[in-house]
Amino acid sequence: MTDLPAEYLYVLSIVLFILSLRWMSEVKTSRLGNWSATAGMAIAILSTLAAFQIQRTDLLVGAALVGTVLGTPIALKVPMTAVPQRTAMSHAFGSLAVALVGTAEYYQDLPSINLFTVSVLSAEMILGFLTFTGSCVAFAKLQGLIPGRPFVYRGRNVVSLSTLGAAVALGVYLSLNPTQEFVLPIMAGLALLFGLLLVLAIGGADMPTVIAILNSYAGISAAALGFVLNNKVLIVAGALDGSSGFILAVIMSKAMNRSFANVLFGGVGSRITAGSAGTAQAARSVQAYTPEDVAMVLEDARSVIVVPGYGMAVAQAQHVVKEFADVLQRRGIDVKYAIHPVAGRMPGHMNVVLADAQVPYEQLWEMDRVNPLFPEADVAIVVGANDVTNPAARTKADSPLYGMPILDVDKARTVVFIKRSTRPGFSGVDNELFYLPNTMMVFGDAKEVLTELVASLKRRGGSRQKV
Amino acid sequence: MVEVSQPDVVVNLLIFLMATFLGTELIRHVSRLLHTPLMSLTNAISSVSIVAALIVMVGPKNDFILTLVTVAVALAATNIVSGFMITDRILRLFRRRQTK
Repeated sequence: MTDLPAEYLYVLSIVLFILSLRWMSEVKTSRLGNWSATAGMAIAILSTLAAFQIQRTDLLVGAALVGTVLGTPIALKVPMTAVPQRTAMSHAFGSLAVALVGTAEYYQDLPSINLFTVSVLSAEMILGFLTFTGSCVAFAKLQGLIPGRPFVYRGRNVVSLSTLGAAVALGVYLSLNPTQEFVLPIMAGLALLFGLLLVLAIGGADMPTVIAILNSYAGISAAALGFVLNNKVLIVAGALDGSSGFILAVIMSKAMNRSFANVLFGGVGSRITAGSAGTAQAARSVQAYTPEDVAMVLEDARSVIVVPGYGMAVAQAQHVVKEFADVLQRRGIDVKYAIHPVAGRMPGHMNVVLADAQVPYEQLWEMDRVNPLFPEADVAIVVGANDVTNPAARTKADSPLYGMPILDVDKARTVVFIKRSTRPGFSGVDNELFYLPNTMMVFGDAKEVLTELVASLKRRGGSRQKV
Repeated sequence: MVEVSQPDVVVNLLIFLMATFLGTELIRHVSRLLHTPLMSLTNAISSVSIVAALIVMVGPKNDFILTLVTVAVALAATNIVSGFMITDRILRLFRRRQTK
């Protein structure tokens, strides 16, 4: 770039992006963080427009208009329960944009394109295109357009990895023979296919990790473009996004005690019917209770911990959960929410859904902080969660869940488990918790059960008022 | 014609590595409460790739290239608009114990 002011303005927007992440560390300053990044973006775009005279302003304005018209309703209308889908879609848009720019840049630079440029562009296009289809599949799964269960078949890892291998091989070939234009569409096609195969094989409950990994890829491919165009703001913004996605993916996979490779290629959750656990424990009996029974127990409680899971969001039960908590609090009962890192379909999903139901964030407790409190809790009430509460993760070395950090729900004096049936959770493992003597199973839709429970508690309202 | 300056690969690599280390440290300190808005924010930030699309848009050799970058601008613009707006919408939800 010959225009010096633009370079300085890029530095300013880089600073604003970095500050924005700094301010995202706590709720108090988080909105400032978002404004800071917005300002950084505006500066980056405006200084680019000022430095480079674009002739086709009609197309530019048209594209910006399309973006605004598409983006605004998405941002304003999407319900909080559907934020994971929105995020997957934005990864798809972002990575496709980057892949298309990479493709354009390749054709633009032909025939005098150097080895460095074409090799970085190849890597960037492969990453961009596979992230695009991968994110589209993630979107379709989260939106329920296709089944959330993993699509697995014998030898799928061989097929997937050889697809990727072929794409990379073509990328290398293209780098060494940059004028062989015909290679590019084949390479792009293989990358698109690999993204599709990769995410089709991953199940719904692994989505928090997958979304974080796709987030990381989208960032890295943007940074790669920065290398080609020698643009520092792209390099930094891409690196920040890439590292953010990476750290989130690490946190998610640690919270499941699994490696990335296991999440991507393990195909967990595909053997729901095959597990021996289901048949062996069918003989064990489960005691079913009514909401009325639970209300009776709650009357004597002093502290209650609510354990929400994705099932709560699916049943749209978050508002009645809040109402339930309000009724308890009016009785002087202490209420906390225990949030497992992988509860929901993306990092932090449960927090957002509950915040949307107007739950104050001080009541949302992270796993590490809340676990020591379960032994003192009178009632732990599980709404739409399953695997993250399974004590087998602590005790049974042969369980697929073994070693996964869980919420110590079983240590509460009484466990109330609201569930549609005793069907195992995503992992396909039966939950020990169902059979514990201090567990009360309440079968039914989370929303209906809680509504009844609230009504029952309200009926009892006069009998025993605490201050 | 505007010229894109010759890339200094080593400097850029250093910038990339530094930004990655910095990003890693910053993200580690983000409250778990805010991981969802963090992701929507970083996604919007990475759509600064619109800058790359704009640069290629300056002197496209043919209509095919122009089409590719115009679509890219539209996609990135969608992400920027929706990304920052939804992040603010999410962040506004996080409130302290309200006084009724």
